[in-house]
Amino acid sequence: MADLHNYTINFGPQHPAAHGVLRLILEMDGEVIERADPHIGLLHRGTEKLAEERHYLQSLPYMDRLDYVSMMSNEHAYCMAIEKMLAIEVPLRAQYIRVMFDEITRILNHLMWIGTHGLDVGAMALFLYAFREREDLFDCYEAVSGARMHAAYYRPGGVYRDLPDAMPRFAKGATKYHSADEIARLNDNRQGSLLDFIADFCSRFPGYVDEYETLLTDNRIWKQRLVDIGIVTPERALQLGFTGPMLRGSGIAWDLRKKQPYEVYDRLDFDIPVGTNGDCYDRYLVRVEEMRQSNRIILQCVDWLRKNPGPVIVDDHKVAPPPRAEVKSEMESLIHHFKLVSEGIHIPESEAYAAVEHPKGEFGIYLVSDGANRPYRLKIRAPGFAHLAAIDEMARGHMLADVVAIIGTQDIVFGEIDR
Amino acid sequence: MRLLKSLALKELLVGMGLTGRYFFKRKFTVQYPEERAPISPRFRGLHAQRRYPNGEERCIACKLCEVVCPAMAITIESEQRADGSRRTTRYDIDLAKCIFCGFCEEACPVDAIVETRIYEYHAESRGELLMTKERLLAVGDKHEAQIAADREIEARYR
Repeated sequence: MADLHNYTINFGPQHPAAHGVLRLILEMDGEVIERADPHIGLLHRGTEKLAEERHYLQSLPYMDRLDYVSMMSNEHAYCMAIEKMLAIEVPLRAQYIRVMFDEITRILNHLMWIGTHGLDVGAMALFLYAFREREDLFDCYEAVSGARMHAAYYRPGGVYRDLPDAMPRFAKGATKYHSADEIARLNDNRQGSLLDFIADFCSRFPGYVDEYETLLTDNRIWKQRLVDIGIVTPERALQLGFTGPMLRGSGIAWDLRKKQPYEVYDRLDFDIPVGTNGDCYDRYLVRVEEMRQSNRIILQCVDWLRKNPGPVIVDDHKVAPPPRAEVKSEMESLIHHFKLVSEGIHIPESEAYAAVEHPKGEFGIYLVSDGANRPYRLKIRAPGFAHLAAIDEMARGHMLADVVAIIGTQDIVFGEIDR
Repeated sequence: MRLLKSLALKELLVGMGLTGRYFFKRKFTVQYPEERAPISPRFRGLHAQRRYPNGEERCIACKLCEVVCPAMAITIESEQRADGSRRTTRYDIDLAKCIFCGFCEEACPVDAIVETRIYEYHAESRGELLMTKERLLAVGDKHEAQIAADREIEARYR
């Protein structure tokens, strides 16, 4: 009889720890991973090709659906690429709004990550707390854009609408489960504007992060599952094309917000957390600290936005539609509106690469225009793709259960990997 | 000292204390069917077609929504009515295709097609997800007060 050693198992695509539709072929020797082979493409929707058939604005909602836990950051890269090619300057207020929502998105993403990572490794309660905070942030999303996830809020040249002066509130009056007083208490932080609501959230949020840390940072089970798992040396991290917290966890202080500041990041005060060992635990610490830093950035943006009203989108009606009132009263504006909606923006023959520091790493959009109203080519640089490609190297020699921790620490989302 | 802390399961007990406190704290759950989370006036839910106060439908079949729809979910056919005005004979939105981006509402020059606050609807077959002109107008007629109020609030931002 042949001497059989390896045993091949399928991890996913239906496995709850596979974070979506990851299909991992694991070659095992006992319980030790000998080879991990990710099979991707199960969520492929052809976003890049679809974009070639649509004018520039129409592709924008599809950007939300790339990394569907950090929606606005994706839009940001796309809008920045278009702005670069058109060489337009975004109004300062729009830049602050974008930065603020980028950081809200970062917190959203990291909350999702900490919740599911914890759940994968066995910390159930954390998931519930993380999703409680996500709910507040989704309310911010909804207040500005009208959608809780797929916002379509950023536009080439600015953002769609200014921040609202009122937050939506819970319906008054007692219900079967809550007295009128309790409902009124729920509405307490919704009395002011959206900025007041965000400021209130930011004042509460560091306390919540402390709670997460109480549950995890020193917890012996958490440490046993993460410390020294999936170590990546700084040299290898660079060679593998890591970006974002995956790279910073290995000790390289690379952050596009500092290294090539876009929008108003150079005016804001924040720090870049860096790990030392490059294991899952360090990446956990880096992301938790990033949440605190994002909180700091948001507070600075709120402060600025309160003092400085102004336009939130460029006044160039070849790029951004004219205000509604003008469309209804002026012939020229109406024509602009019709042309912009039906034909879209025309971009002169050029190409541009714009990258943002996405919660997962460097998210880049490479656009090539041949002068038409739709891209000749759109290439998406998804950070998760490079990270997933390293799973074999990170998982080799570890136990089967560690693969779950490694997938968790890579913060994989299939919307962007398969696009 | 570290050994003592470790033997006493300190960090585990502190963590359990935290979850224990939450066990007795006020619950933050919104009991959905009876209670509802707040909805923003910008909310993008089920579509509706609006009418003018005199009962005339707003849509003039300019087809801007059809052309801007990224998912190509809207189909419009139009002809001249007996009184000479241009109106749609067919206006379908396929909710199975729609991605709820709100571009149709942004594009509409007469505020005819709008997205309402309705987020709970269902269908038991694929055909039911096709919103025809009649169904869209019916939604609009039913919720006109809310729709108008929301547009009023949002008017100064657009």
